[in-house]
Amino acid sequence: MAEKKQNIFVWFVEIFCKQWIWKGFFVNLVYKKFDKWKAWIYLAPTLVLLAIFTIWPIFNTVKMAFTVYWDPEAPIYEYDENGEIVYDDDTGKLAIDGYGMYKGYSIILDIAGETDFEFGFNNFKEILNYDGFFRIMQNTIILCVATVPISTFLALLIAVCLNAIKPLRRFLQTIFFMPYVTNSIAIGMVFAAMFNIVGVNEHNLDLSKSLGIINNILGVFGVDPVNWINQGSGYWANIAVMIIYIVWNALPFKILILLGGLQSVNKQYYEAAKIDSTPPWRVFTRITVPLLSPMITYVVITGFIGGFKEYTSIVGIFGETMQPPGAEIGTPRLQTMVGYIYDKLGDSEGIASAAAILLFILIFAVTLVNLRVSKKNTHY
Amino acid sequence: MKVELQNLTKIFPSRNKKSGEEVIAVNNFTFTIPDGQLVGLLGPSGCGKSTTLYMISGLQQPTGGKIFFGDEDVTELSPENRGIGLVFQNYALYPHMTVKQNIMFPLQNLKGEDKMTKDQMIERAYEAAKLVQIDELMDRKPSELSGGQQQRVAIARALVKMPRVLLLDEPLSNLDARLRLQTREEIRRIQRETGITTVFVTHDQEEAMSISDIIVVMKLGVVQQIGKPQEVYDDPTNLFVAKFLGTPPINVFDGEVKGGKLYIGESAIIDVPGVDDRKVIVGVRPEGFIPDANGALTCKLNNVEVMGRDVSVVSANSASLNPVVRSIIDADYKINKNAEYVSFSLKAHKVFLFDAETEERIRFEVK
Amino acid sequence: MSESKIVTMKEKDMKKVASAQKVMGVLGKVFLYLFLCVMALIVVFPFYWMIISSLKTVPEYEQAIPTLFPETIVWSNYSEAIKTANLYNLFKNTVIVGVVSTILSLVITVITAFVFARLEFKGRDALFALLLATMMIPGELFTITNYVTVTEWGWVGAGVTPFEGYAVLIVPFLVSVFYIYLLRQNFMQIPNELYLAAKVDGTKDLKYLWKVMIPLALPTLISITILKMMGAWNSYVWPRLVTTKEYHLITNGLRTAFQDANTGNANIPQQMAAVTLVSIPLFLVFIFLRKYIMKGVSRSGIKG
Repeated sequence: MAEKKQNIFVWFVEIFCKQWIWKGFFVNLVYKKFDKWKAWIYLAPTLVLLAIFTIWPIFNTVKMAFTVYWDPEAPIYEYDENGEIVYDDDTGKLAIDGYGMYKGYSIILDIAGETDFEFGFNNFKEILNYDGFFRIMQNTIILCVATVPISTFLALLIAVCLNAIKPLRRFLQTIFFMPYVTNSIAIGMVFAAMFNIVGVNEHNLDLSKSLGIINNILGVFGVDPVNWINQGSGYWANIAVMIIYIVWNALPFKILILLGGLQSVNKQYYEAAKIDSTPPWRVFTRITVPLLSPMITYVVITGFIGGFKEYTSIVGIFGETMQPPGAEIGTPRLQTMVGYIYDKLGDSEGIASAAAILLFILIFAVTLVNLRVSKKNTHY
Repeated sequence: MKVELQNLTKIFPSRNKKSGEEVIAVNNFTFTIPDGQLVGLLGPSGCGKSTTLYMISGLQQPTGGKIFFGDEDVTELSPENRGIGLVFQNYALYPHMTVKQNIMFPLQNLKGEDKMTKDQMIERAYEAAKLVQIDELMDRKPSELSGGQQQRVAIARALVKMPRVLLLDEPLSNLDARLRLQTREEIRRIQRETGITTVFVTHDQEEAMSISDIIVVMKLGVVQQIGKPQEVYDDPTNLFVAKFLGTPPINVFDGEVKGGKLYIGESAIIDVPGVDDRKVIVGVRPEGFIPDANGALTCKLNNVEVMGRDVSVVSANSASLNPVVRSIIDADYKINKNAEYVSFSLKAHKVFLFDAETEERIRFEVK
Repeated sequence: MSESKIVTMKEKDMKKVASAQKVMGVLGKVFLYLFLCVMALIVVFPFYWMIISSLKTVPEYEQAIPTLFPETIVWSNYSEAIKTANLYNLFKNTVIVGVVSTILSLVITVITAFVFARLEFKGRDALFALLLATMMIPGELFTITNYVTVTEWGWVGAGVTPFEGYAVLIVPFLVSVFYIYLLRQNFMQIPNELYLAAKVDGTKDLKYLWKVMIPLALPTLISITILKMMGAWNSYVWPRLVTTKEYHLITNGLRTAFQDANTGNANIPQQMAAVTLVSIPLFLVFIFLRKYIMKGVSRSGIKG
């Protein structure tokens, strides 16, 4: 009985949908018009969203980057000949040289309609004159220059080895891909825990409660404990931890791409090389690397782009302060370009925009250089 | 360097694990390739000819049997220690290296006392290139070469280290018809000049017949016949070999032997002394027909194709196992194109008898 | 190369070479596996450490010589972690944002990819090229203006409605040019004749899309779904910028929740329990849908 009811229902729906009257109405009056415009109608939601969240930001960010205003009440602080800030002897506060300077665009002032904005380069000047800018670039360059070659080389080695074995290959491949599917903040915290020294005594590490698993493992090989990330840790120790974490995080993607490339290389090149008694190292340098050069270029470029945008992995290990506890005030020790952009965002959108544009230019330039270099080394 | 194959066998495990059937790619192959000869391994696809070649190269390990180079047992030796040259079907030229770098590559791997200076290598590379006539193209990339030129580079790369044995896998299959003719002469010439024992694999009988000193006909992993091309053609051991060699292919008829005479249909064609009465399959080479008004074999005439020196007569016979009977006849014989029937007598040495069941050759004495 | 120069290779002591070659082969294999296993151990170790630390008591964790396996297994770290970090709320927000944004973005991606793959209209190729060009620009550049935009709309700050609170996390990321590109390429591989045949039969576009193209492009769609979900699960910067605590996503609450504000010391076993909880869904996805992720990633190269 129930089936019958259903059938009748389906039958009704079919008639309702298929009736020629129905069709005539829509096909002739609406559908033909619709047909002409349908592509645009389908696209409408996409285009609206794109216009608001992608196209407009390009123009607006550029606009904000070049928008400044004159703040007549802004104090100009005094510096001595060494560039150190000067304190007023009487009040103990910062010594003021005068008033009035250009400041970066800010949305809050804009909404309030408080100032007249004008065109200017001050936002860029401010970034380049910013005393932490050198540190930001230093961090970025060190991280890029260290992590990209290390991770690319390791990934290449692992990919070649994986490609050379048969039993266990799928299993090992799966293991090596695991770090890809992780949350970089969460696993950053795990790395932090591994390098963490419990109850750190920054003057004598032996007085600390536990040196942490990494120091203990290193101790087995006779390495003295290192204060990696805790209070009192040094810059290079911090950087070393970052390099290890970033390489660990970057490996799976690179292995995946390079192994995919290796598997698409014609096996006969290797057979030909074998017949010609080519030693393994020469096969690697003369055949594998050149034939993989497009993939290698790809992972190097994406590696550099990732390096320039490094941010969350540092937050994962050091927290939002982006430095070990108790480190210097001012620019965080491990600040990066992206960190700087977000720091500035609540303060002046103009400066954040200018920094974002600088980042874009840097990435673009590095990519061009990479392509140029790889073109020279790619032979086909 | 003579190459000796002893009971060479290769069994591939089944791809379908459930059925568990193994594939016997090469079955018990025994043969000695004399020094300095050009040997063609011939057969339809899947006959095990490439597998045999790869086993000689060492890229595949035999399941059973032994391979000797000269007196050395090389069965266990990996390819890099065998001192062979191999030309792949699609050449496998390194795409990122120039022709010169490709040819020099094997020399750069030589170690110890064989090690060469750069100048020596370049000299050797140019010698090899000259041999295959590509010394003009040394600075090009493989992608800038035609198929025939790539083929020559591949041969030069295989030859440059002066291998003990040269192996060619379907060397002509990627070339167009004209280049194929030219290149096969070239291979013959290079082999003669260098005197290197050479084995090549092909499915094209014409190619194998035209340049080989010895051909090996294979079918489903089993060697059917080994011999000089003309001998194999003139004296096939079974129906498969007879059918596989020769263009146009051999004509095949149902026949019967009665009282020392061979019957096709109702008529006695030739005397076959010493053969018992039995049903047979009769193979007749196209050139074995002689137009003869009184001839015993009468066929319905379909067409006469003029080819200059010869004419090709296409006719039909009810006993024929092929759709048509094709015969090649000297143009001096005049055939009436409009006639309904044509009669032939047969050259006895161009007629082969095969057992109807086993398809093995039944020999008879030609008078 | 005249004939006189042809010398066959020097004959070597075959047995010696054969046995040397065997030894080298075995040695090479051993070395290969050794290297791969050591690397695999290094890769896996953080996960192992995370899980075992989450099961230790604080005193055991703080022992001078860490134990490689917990002496007493403490499950209460997990319940404590959920309470301390308010994980329940974070999970809820993340799931809502993840599911809604994935569904909406799939619809948009499929329709847009279909239009660019199949329909003919003026300026199609130019428009598509424009779309692709936006992929070059780093996301930070968009983020700044988007932050300004949603601020102007009043979607940011205390007292936003739940709709606004979630919309601000979803809407700006609905259109992903990359996924459109990926799917369009996939659609293009489906022969156009199928579409023309469907048109001749009077099949409507959407029905054709549903009946023919989507089933054929299913693997790509699954890849996109997983990557998009993972994106929501792992997003950190944008939610931190635009949400108050109430609408925080999983990663935002994680970093600071277990830190003592004064000393900077943390209850690490609890912290690891929370991290494990956050990682479990990712592991499940990884175990069951690895194939699709790997496929998507090898074509995309972007994370989330």
